[in-house]
Amino acid sequence: MNFEIPKEVNTGKVAEVTIGATSEQGGTRSHTVTIGGSTSLPFHFFEGQHPHRPAVAMEVFDKTPKKYLDSLMDYFGDVIDKPGEMAKKCVDEYGAELISVRLEGTHPEKGDKSAEEAAETVQQVLESVRVPLIISGHSHFEKINKVMKKVCEVTEGENCLINYVETDNYKTIAAACIAYKHTLVAQSPIDVNLAKQLNILLTDMNFPPERIVMDPLTSTLGYGLEYTYSIMERIRNDGLAGDKMLAFPMLINPGYESFRVKETWAPEKEYPDWGNLEQRAAYWEIATAMSLLLTGTELLIMYHPRAFEVVKNKIIEMYESKKES
Amino acid sequence: MALSGLDIFKLLPKTNCGDCNVPTCMAFAMKLAQKKADLSECPHASEEAKVTLGAASEPPIRLVKIGGTNALEVGNETVMFRHEKTFFHPTGVAIELRTSEGEEKLLSKIKEIEGYNVERVGEELSADLFFISHDSKNKEDFLKTVVLAKENSAKGIILDCSDEEILREGIELLKDTCPAVLLKNELSDKNIELTQNSDVSLILTAKSYDDLAKQTEKARNSGVNNLILNLENQNIGNQLQHNAILRRSALKKYFKPFGYPLFTYIHAESELDMLARASALLCKYDSIIVLPKYDKAMLYTLFTLRQNIYTDPQKPIQVDPKVYPIGEPTPESPVFVTTNFSLTYFIVSGEIENSGISAHLVVADAEGQSVLTAWAAGKFVGETIAKFIKDIKLEQQVKTRKIVIPGLVSQISGDLEDNLPGWEVIVGCQEASDIPSFVKSVKLT
Repeated sequence: MNFEIPKEVNTGKVAEVTIGATSEQGGTRSHTVTIGGSTSLPFHFFEGQHPHRPAVAMEVFDKTPKKYLDSLMDYFGDVIDKPGEMAKKCVDEYGAELISVRLEGTHPEKGDKSAEEAAETVQQVLESVRVPLIISGHSHFEKINKVMKKVCEVTEGENCLINYVETDNYKTIAAACIAYKHTLVAQSPIDVNLAKQLNILLTDMNFPPERIVMDPLTSTLGYGLEYTYSIMERIRNDGLAGDKMLAFPMLINPGYESFRVKETWAPEKEYPDWGNLEQRAAYWEIATAMSLLLTGTELLIMYHPRAFEVVKNKIIEMYESKKES
Repeated sequence: MALSGLDIFKLLPKTNCGDCNVPTCMAFAMKLAQKKADLSECPHASEEAKVTLGAASEPPIRLVKIGGTNALEVGNETVMFRHEKTFFHPTGVAIELRTSEGEEKLLSKIKEIEGYNVERVGEELSADLFFISHDSKNKEDFLKTVVLAKENSAKGIILDCSDEEILREGIELLKDTCPAVLLKNELSDKNIELTQNSDVSLILTAKSYDDLAKQTEKARNSGVNNLILNLENQNIGNQLQHNAILRRSALKKYFKPFGYPLFTYIHAESELDMLARASALLCKYDSIIVLPKYDKAMLYTLFTLRQNIYTDPQKPIQVDPKVYPIGEPTPESPVFVTTNFSLTYFIVSGEIENSGISAHLVVADAEGQSVLTAWAAGKFVGETIAKFIKDIKLEQQVKTRKIVIPGLVSQISGDLEDNLPGWEVIVGCQEASDIPSFVKSVKLT
C-alpha cells in the first residue's frame, strides 16, 4: 500500500503582528518581534507556512508581588524591586525576547500608584533594555484606563503591546493605542464567540487588524487548562478555515497563572506525593506552556528562568524541523 | 471506512427473503449501516460481504492491551481534537528499569513506583507500565528484573532486549500478562514467531512512513494485529508532525497500516527537558510514553496534564461535595458556599487562599455544574443548599452562623435564610477574582 501524506489546505491565515519599533520606525528598540502568519495548524510545517516562531517574554513588576515564589527569588531576589535592572537580567542573562512590565501596583487596592509613576517605571525599563515591551495591566477599569492612556502617550511610537482590553472596557485604551501607535491585546473569558465579538468591536472602531493579539485567558495546568486548550484549538481552527475575526496571534501567561496555584509553592513536606518543590514549580509552568503552544500560542509571558529556557529551546528545535518539511 | 446503507445493500443477496426478520434487503442494509443489526442475522450473506463489512466495522485505531488484571488499554481513538468528542484512552506512562541497575536497587525502585499513588480531583493517579531495558551483559539480570517486576507489581511490562533468545525467555515468564516488546530492528519472521501462542504486542520501530507501513503490512498479513508504532526521530517538531500525520491517516484516510497506538521513548537533556517533551507528546497523540527517570514531581505534573486533556469535554470534572478547609480554619473562621464544578472550586478556593484568610469552603452537590447553570437548573437554590448544610452537620463544625453565597445568585439569599433558621446569609462578590478585596470590606463572622 503506498502511503501519501494527507495534507489539509486552509483558506485562512493568522494575521502577522509586529511588536516594537526601531529608530527608523519612530521608536528606540534594537529590533522588532513579529509573530503570526501561519497557514496551517501549529508546527504543521508539512502543510503550510509558518514564517515566524512563537516568541517568549519575561515579566518585571512595578511592585513586588505579594506571592512571589521563593524559588524565583533565588534568581531575582536582588532585582525584584528594580524593574529596570530585572528587565536587563531577563534579557542579558536569560535571553528574554520581550519584556512585560506588569503595572499591578497601580490597582487601587494594591498600591494605587499614579499613572505618572507607572509611566516612569515603563520609561526606566525602556531605557535599560532594547527589546520590545509588553505593558500588562489589571481589571480596575477606571484606574487602568488612566494609567494606560498615560503610558501610551509617553511611549509614543515604540509600538508596545498594550495588555489588555476586554468587551466591557476597550474604547479608551484602544483609542490611545491608535493615537500613539501601539499594538493591543484583546482579552476574552475562554469563549470563542466573545473573543470574536471583541475583535469585531475593535475593528469597527477602525482599530488596525494587524495590531491585534488575542488573549483567550490562560488557565493553568490542573485548574481548567483543558478549557483554554480546547477554546484555543477551536479559535485557531476557525481562523484557519477563513474566519478573519478569529485569525489573530494568541498570547498566554503561563508564568502569572502558574505561580498563583498551590502546586508551585506548597512544600514537599506537606505534600510528599507532589515531589520536589523546586522542580515542580518549573514543571508546572512548562507543562502549561508546552500544551498551549500546540493549540496556537504565538506569544508567552514566562516567570521561571529555567522553564523559560526549556520552552524557548523547544520552540527553536521545533522550527528546525521546518527545514525538513 | 464506514459504509453507507447503499454500499452495504450492493453486497447483500437482494432476494428480500425476510430470513433476517427484516422485510427487505434494503431495510436490512440500512439497519446494518446504523449498526442496529449484525450481518450474521442474514443466513445467505456471501464471503465477500462478510470480509468487507468486517473490515469496515474495525475501529480506525486498534485497541491494544498491555498487562494482566487491570491491563492498560490504549488506542481506539476517534477524533483529532478533544472538543470534537473526547479522547478515550489516556496515555500510558511507563518508567524505565535498566537491568544493569542491580537487584537491590531495582527492587526498591519497583516497590516505590508500585506504591506511588496520588489523588487529584477524586481520581487515583499512578504510573501504568514498567519498561525493562536490557543493558547488562548478563542474561540472568534481565530475567531477574522481569521476575522482580512481575512479582512486586501488577503493572504491565514492556520488554526491550536485542537478544531474541533471552527475549523469548522473558516473554515466557510473562505468560498471561499481555506484555509488549519493543523491536528496534525491522520486523523479522523470528519476531512474528514470538507472538505465536502468546498474547504479546509488538512495538514496531521505523525511520520512515514507508518503512513503517511495510512492517505493519507484514505483521497484519501474518495475522499479528496487536501492534504499536514507534516512528523514530529525535526532533520534537518532527515527532509532533509524525504523530499528527499517523493519526490523521488512520482516522481520515482509513489507512490501515497506521491504525495503531503510538509510542515514544523520551530522550532528553535534563529533567525539565524530559517533562517538556513528554507534555507535548501526551497532548498530541502518543499512547505510550517511556520516562527514563522516576521523579514524583514530574509524574504528578504529567498525570495532571493527562487528566486535563483526557477529560470528556461534555462532562465537567466534579469535586467531592464536602467542607474544604482553606488555610488553617478554626471553628470561628468564616464560611463560604459554592458548587462542586471543579473549575469553580479551584478558582474560588484559590482566591480565598490569595486573600490570606482562613475559611471553610462548603462545596455543595450541584452535579458538577457552575454556579449560574446549577441555579438555573434548580440545583443550587436555598432549599438544596440548606439540605446539604444540614446533611453534613455544618452547625457542629463551625461556630459562626454567617454564610457567604456567590454574588451571581444573590436572589437566593432570602430563600436560603428561610430554609436555614438561625443563619445570616451574606451576598458575596460576583467574580471570584474580587474575593480578596471583598473579604477586606465585609464583616464575615
